[in-house]
Amino acid sequence: MKPVSGDRWRGVAERSWRPAALLAACLVIWHLITVTGLVEAYLVPSPARTFDLLVDKWSYLWGHTWVTTYETILGFVIAGVLGVLVAVAMVYSRTVESTAYPILLFAQVIPKIAIAPLFVVWLGFGFEPKVIVAVLMAFFPVVISTVTGLKSVDAEMLELAATMGGGPVKTFVKIRFPAALPHLFAGLKVAVTLAVTGAVVGEFVGSNEGLGYVILQANGNMDTPMLFAGLIVISVVGILLFLLLDLAEQLMLPWHSSRRGAAVTTLLAKGGT
Amino acid sequence: MSTTLGTTSAVAINDVSVRFRSKRAETTAIEQVSLDVAPGEFVSIVGPSGCGKSTLLKLVSGLLRPSSGSVTLLGEQVRGPRHDIGFVFQRAALLEWRSARRNILLQAEMRGMSSAEAGRRADELIEMTGLTGFENALPHELSGGMQQRVALCRALLHQPRVLLMDEPFGALDALTREQMNVELHRVWRETGTTVLLVTHSIAESVYLANRVIVLTQRPALVKEVIDVELPGERDYSATMARPEFAAATARIRDLLGAVTGHD
Repeated sequence: MKPVSGDRWRGVAERSWRPAALLAACLVIWHLITVTGLVEAYLVPSPARTFDLLVDKWSYLWGHTWVTTYETILGFVIAGVLGVLVAVAMVYSRTVESTAYPILLFAQVIPKIAIAPLFVVWLGFGFEPKVIVAVLMAFFPVVISTVTGLKSVDAEMLELAATMGGGPVKTFVKIRFPAALPHLFAGLKVAVTLAVTGAVVGEFVGSNEGLGYVILQANGNMDTPMLFAGLIVISVVGILLFLLLDLAEQLMLPWHSSRRGAAVTTLLAKGGT
Repeated sequence: MSTTLGTTSAVAINDVSVRFRSKRAETTAIEQVSLDVAPGEFVSIVGPSGCGKSTLLKLVSGLLRPSSGSVTLLGEQVRGPRHDIGFVFQRAALLEWRSARRNILLQAEMRGMSSAEAGRRADELIEMTGLTGFENALPHELSGGMQQRVALCRALLHQPRVLLMDEPFGALDALTREQMNVELHRVWRETGTTVLLVTHSIAESVYLANRVIVLTQRPALVKEVIDVELPGERDYSATMARPEFAAATARIRDLLGAVTGHD
């Protein structure tokens, strides 16, 4: 039933070599484009230069990375908690559902980048407007996935629960919520990548720290190596947060993950985010 | 079996009708059905597909209210979901994240039974149904028959006096189904529970029951009640070979043929 650990690692290796090879191929193409002079070096810096810069300016980048990561995690956690609470209210109350849905949709459809300046006006240049944008970005997928999860519970299971007489609270805690967790995690994984975007968008609009600020500065100075370095660090932050959630999912829902696939496959399946 | 009830029926369905209203039409699922089940009795219900057999069980459990008529369970009129029954569905409906044993114990947790007593009872049932060695397996690691055994144990954990079974073995292969029939027969003999079994299998309905209720096509009416004249303790093959068994199954087949129109 459970694979021996040696097999497991071989499995991971088998699954990872293709994406690793693709990544390597991209780096080689990037390198070739820059060495052949096909594109001017000030437009696209070589991979080597970019990585040199990553190493040289590590402490500078690290400080800004920490700011963005902090905003992302804070926004993600707030969105996660709020999203689950709103979803529960929507599933248990028709009135809440019909009242909240249009507003939710409106909040989702409105371009976050367009309302971000408003938060800067209201809350200044601190971390608050960034967190709010991150929350707004991450909130919607959490609500939708949790609602789907809570509604996906087997109708017969709920009937059975009714004959067991545990009441709505026990039914929720022991049956409905755990059953919704796979959906919830899918939503959280999308949400965390959106929270990164939200934090960076918030920084674009007005800030003096964070990776969004780094990129904006680099852009203004035509410092493409720094721009590329900033992009790479942002991607790494997003991927690490995603993998962290994937790991949490595997630890918390072994019954589910054992039938799904491992982190790398999921990552590729959700590639677009 | 139960002396406290005296002459009261375990289940009494009195003149019950169920009508479902859709946008355009009103359909009658069950039409004036009456049925009395004695304490400790095993009653099978057979009928054409979609005739409302399952609806009947939902009425008894209180998951569904009748449009007219009344249902009495253990001397008390059914007004909402009842907690003094055990229910087994066609699909095992197990919680995927819980082991077999913990799925059985869900019944105890929902009811707030003492965990020591529930644990002892669960172990008893696990042994009785041949689940020993699979206590810690997750549902997806179990075969269909095993899953259904877990569902049966869960339904019996709180020692309900009435067990409702809605085509519990419908999804199993023929051989597993026979095994499950033999086991259910033994469990019924050992526990003395009143059982109402909805099934599609004529052989199953006769082998297990004291009485077989044959329903007509929708709206379901009681077409006939067959008394099964077989001994209490029933060996599977020997029972199959008995003339009473052949007579009862033939009669039911005739009745079902008549109601479905292919005789």
